[in-house]
Amino acid sequence: MTTFLLLTITGLGLAGLYFLVASGLSLIYGLMDVLNFAHAAFLTIGAYASWLVAAKLSGTLPVWLVFLLGLLAGLVVGTLAAVLMEVGMVRRLYGDHVGQVLLTVGLLLAITALTRAVFGSDPVRVVVPAWFNDVTRIGGAAVPNSRLVVIVSAVAVFAALMFFLRRTRYGLVIRAGVENRAMVSALGIDVGRAFTLVFAIGGALASLAGILTGTFFGSITADQGTSLLIFAFIVVIIGGLGSIPGSALAALAVGLLQQYANYYGAVGIGDLIVVAMLAVVLLVRPQGLLGRVTT
Amino acid sequence: MTIPASPKPRWAVGVVLVAVAAVLPLLHRDVPYVFDGALDSPGVLHLLALMLVFGALAMTYDLMFGFTGLLSFGHALYFALGVYGTVVVLSELDLGFAGSVLLVAVGGIVLPLLVGAVCLRVKDIAFAMVTLAFAQAGAIFVMRDPFDITGGELGRALPFREVPDVFVGIVNSRNIYWLALALVVVVYLVARVATASPTGRVWQAIRENERRVGVLGLAPYRFKLTVFVLASFLATMCGVVYVLAVGGANPTVTTPTFTLILLVMVVLGGAGRLWGALVGGMLYTYLDNRLAQLAASPSVGELPAVIRVPLSEPLFALGLLFVVVVLFVPGGVAGLVTGRRGAGSWRPPWRGRGGGDGSSSRTAESGEQAPTAERAAQDVTEGVAR
Repeated sequence: MTTFLLLTITGLGLAGLYFLVASGLSLIYGLMDVLNFAHAAFLTIGAYASWLVAAKLSGTLPVWLVFLLGLLAGLVVGTLAAVLMEVGMVRRLYGDHVGQVLLTVGLLLAITALTRAVFGSDPVRVVVPAWFNDVTRIGGAAVPNSRLVVIVSAVAVFAALMFFLRRTRYGLVIRAGVENRAMVSALGIDVGRAFTLVFAIGGALASLAGILTGTFFGSITADQGTSLLIFAFIVVIIGGLGSIPGSALAALAVGLLQQYANYYGAVGIGDLIVVAMLAVVLLVRPQGLLGRVTT
Repeated sequence: MTIPASPKPRWAVGVVLVAVAAVLPLLHRDVPYVFDGALDSPGVLHLLALMLVFGALAMTYDLMFGFTGLLSFGHALYFALGVYGTVVVLSELDLGFAGSVLLVAVGGIVLPLLVGAVCLRVKDIAFAMVTLAFAQAGAIFVMRDPFDITGGELGRALPFREVPDVFVGIVNSRNIYWLALALVVVVYLVARVATASPTGRVWQAIRENERRVGVLGLAPYRFKLTVFVLASFLATMCGVVYVLAVGGANPTVTTPTFTLILLVMVVLGGAGRLWGALVGGMLYTYLDNRLAQLAASPSVGELPAVIRVPLSEPLFALGLLFVVVVLFVPGGVAGLVTGRRGAGSWRPPWRGRGGGDGSSSRTAESGEQAPTAERAAQDVTEGVAR
């Protein structure tokens, strides 16, 4: 039972990471029809920026402060990178969806390669307060606190995103843009600014995911982003493109299933089952769990 | 909307090029700066053979992406099937060389038929993501190695005793090169015949406007599945030749990065043209190889870190080059040579899509019909001009 509980909590943590990556992807796709491969690069940039700052400050300040400053730096750099990419390059190819996809593919390859060249391909240990590695007893299971942090962050981000989308003016513009972009711009609303905003949100969420991945696994690598990105793609498709609640639901299903199957089955089976689940969802419900039927 | 007629095959040019390529390994000549050895040295022949194999692979990908407009991120899976299939079947089963290759070839038809049938239920970006997921499943299978056949992270060597002697050893690099050249010729001819056939015309019509093809009473699904299986089967064959050339299977051919690189090759050379894809695949392989050698050379070691460090990862330079091509030279090398940058009768497959082409039904209903009308008008005027 305790094993099951521990697996569940680890699965929830993994689901949290998937959700953080997938929600940004799903928003960007929903509004702009861009399959953003560079999302994984934001994740890498955020994680390494946070690590650089934390490593520089390490020893001079209290560990908690160092961690928080690192987190802040990672979020800022990741968000800036996303905004720069949107304003400087993606915007040039407006209306050319495949061109935008190709562009982000190139950026992903180049940024990942550059990270590998500068920081090496070995995992880099991140600076985290000792508390993250302590355990909390929940129903007899010893749960590392880092798992709980990821779960709490993901829930908070989900709540904040839903509030933002449902209750604010910009949220309204974005939701309307996802529904019918041409109509929104016809009404005189600057959709271009909404694009930049969505990219910024995506960049921030991906950086957060990158930093939390560091606390989750204890280290970061240049290629981590790419492998997380693929599961995030699966989550986005299963949940339904453009739907945030759908991404949350699919992230839960994928994270939990993967953990259970990897433990009770054989290592690697969980990952294969997730792909099988994707195939089943596509056969039964091609628009995804909460996706809208397009006519 | 006009479907561009394929240009008349310039047989003479092709035959001469193939003839020149065929005699290259007989020449004992140095080509300064281009290669670091004589043309008949094993190292140079190996590089040339790899360039040819990847050129052929890029052409198979172009069938899907350039000719049919299918943006697949899972093409590496079928190449990997050829690579791993050959090694595993030769090692584990007692079928002999020809029997093993035949079995792999059957696999190269059955697997894409199954995977394609599922993936093609969705379109566009969703299709891209789903093919990526299946390729990832293949990568996980190879890395985790549940049946103890793929060798996991280390890969697995080709059992040389099972391979015909003509393809074994450094002395026979020349034969491997000729095999790769034959592969290029066969893939080119098959792709050429296929794209010029009535079915191939429908592929190009699907690229231009899938909904219209459906309205005309043809089932796009079947045509897409046909091109998916054909391209994947040819990719499997490329994998078989590749494994003979490098002498073993390595998990890098299954990674998502590798499948993205295929896209880079095709776009670099010019999507929608077979020779463009061929040139792109060869150019990419050449640059990848030479940049890695350059980074390791002593003259680079003396450069300041700002230049030296990025040079140590060829993919950085190639990724940037790709970004520049996408932004400024959308026709790739082929576009530069022919002077057509996506205008005229041929345009890169992604130009002008995304409007009312029926592939993204949400945008189609959202009032973005104007681009289609514009394009149709443009086609009409072009038709008149010609």
